[in-house]
Amino acid sequence: MAKYLLLKHYRGAPSPVNDVPMDQWTPEEISAHMQYMNDFAARLEKTGEFVDGQALAPEGAWVRYDGEGRPPVTDGPFAETKDLIAGWMVIDVDSYERAVELAGELSAAPGAGGKPIHEWLEVRPFLAAPPTITE
Amino acid sequence: MNEALLRSLTPGVLAILVRRGADFAAAEDAVQEALLEAVRVWPADPPRDPKGWLVTVAWRKFLDATRADVARRRREDLVDKEPAPGPTPAGDDTLQLYFLCAHPSLTPSSAVALTLRAVGGLTTRQIAQAYLVPEATMAQRISRAKRTVSGVRFDQPGDVATVLRVLYLVFNEGYSGDVDLAAEAIRLTRQLAAAVDHPEVAGLLALMLLHHARRATRTAPDGSLVPLAEQDRGRWDTRLIAEGVTILQAALARDRLGEFQAQAAIAALHADAPSAGETDWVQIVEWYDELTRLTDNPVVRLNRAVAVGEADGPRAGLAALGALDASLPRHAAVAAYLHERDGDLATAARLYAEAAHDAPSLAERDHLTRQAARLNARRRR
Repeated sequence: MAKYLLLKHYRGAPSPVNDVPMDQWTPEEISAHMQYMNDFAARLEKTGEFVDGQALAPEGAWVRYDGEGRPPVTDGPFAETKDLIAGWMVIDVDSYERAVELAGELSAAPGAGGKPIHEWLEVRPFLAAPPTITE
Repeated sequence: MNEALLRSLTPGVLAILVRRGADFAAAEDAVQEALLEAVRVWPADPPRDPKGWLVTVAWRKFLDATRADVARRRREDLVDKEPAPGPTPAGDDTLQLYFLCAHPSLTPSSAVALTLRAVGGLTTRQIAQAYLVPEATMAQRISRAKRTVSGVRFDQPGDVATVLRVLYLVFNEGYSGDVDLAAEAIRLTRQLAAAVDHPEVAGLLALMLLHHARRATRTAPDGSLVPLAEQDRGRWDTRLIAEGVTILQAALARDRLGEFQAQAAIAALHADAPSAGETDWVQIVEWYDELTRLTDNPVVRLNRAVAVGEADGPRAGLAALGALDASLPRHAAVAAYLHERDGDLATAARLYAEAAHDAPSLAERDHLTRQAARLNARRRR
């Protein structure tokens, strides 16, 4: 019983095998892709492993504190930022192996030509609660 | 409204329904509905015979559901008459329920969820909140688990060891939420100990009680971890310790040692020491040797290295550690501790930082980062 984040990147991940930008796909291919993602989430809900899934807009801003009594400074987006998160799915599974298996399935979502994208997904374990029995 | 009483009656009521011929999944749903109705009705109108009330209401819920099912499928030949309540060997039935919910065909997380609901009487929502997953996900996990065990015959003998592993998981890996999973694990293990006479069940119960006794001192008010040596022993729950030790001694006297008894023995030796410095580490090492013999678990060998470091000095501990795979979880943390005790602060600080990087929990990461920071600050002075 451990939670994992399956992280999808707009930018920063190694190139997928089927590397065609989405705006070059046919509308049907886009629909098939979306359907695959929805079915995947629905299937995980049925197996009792789904926790959360969200997508993020590509454009964001950088914000930082700028001192007492001053409004926060906003800036960006910065073109040089290497890493850009596209969205995530949180799963609650019995093993790391199961998390990898599911990430592999998610990465098989169809893209251009109806072929799997082979997209690289980042699998990150959640920091859990510490165990009670330690000695 | 006594929720503890209500939930203690759950497994017995469920077992009676199953004995009467209801299939497990439908009986379990019916009992859940009866529990909800009890919560609603009992405060204003408490029954004289709570268990009888629950059986009656649950059976009616089961029949209603069956009838609705039958009507939908246009079959009207299913049982409709209430059988006479026969003798119910409560302890035995409860035990069967534990076996079923911990059946080896279930994954650990499914067995945990099903045990908490069918034996513990918790609602799906409570279990979902305790494990920080959506209620819909937990509902599916439970209904899948029920489907998985639906073909298992209720009177099949099970393996107590699988049940103990599930209860251990509930106790050891419980998150803290509205439901106190550690207390729930203790309650369910007590109930199991009343249903079956088994030294390892007693061993696990003792282990839980001895660790629970220290719970309040394990974390500081800010949530940070307090290591065993620094815990305020005056705040340990002496009543729980006494109970745990008594249960453990009775189990050990039967001379059928198992891993939970051995773990409880180690916990008892810690509980017994008036101060960290007075801990009987030599005996603890001996118990770790027993535990290694029983389980051959690498994590046990890691903990043994700590104990050896305390009993025979940090060099001996490091030598014991040297024989183990460095990729073991918490290996770097143990190495850091032993190097610090040996006076090698630079190595210790580096290893604490490394351990923090690989820590599996937030509380441990913060604790280890503080250890690294403490040593680095000392080295700068």
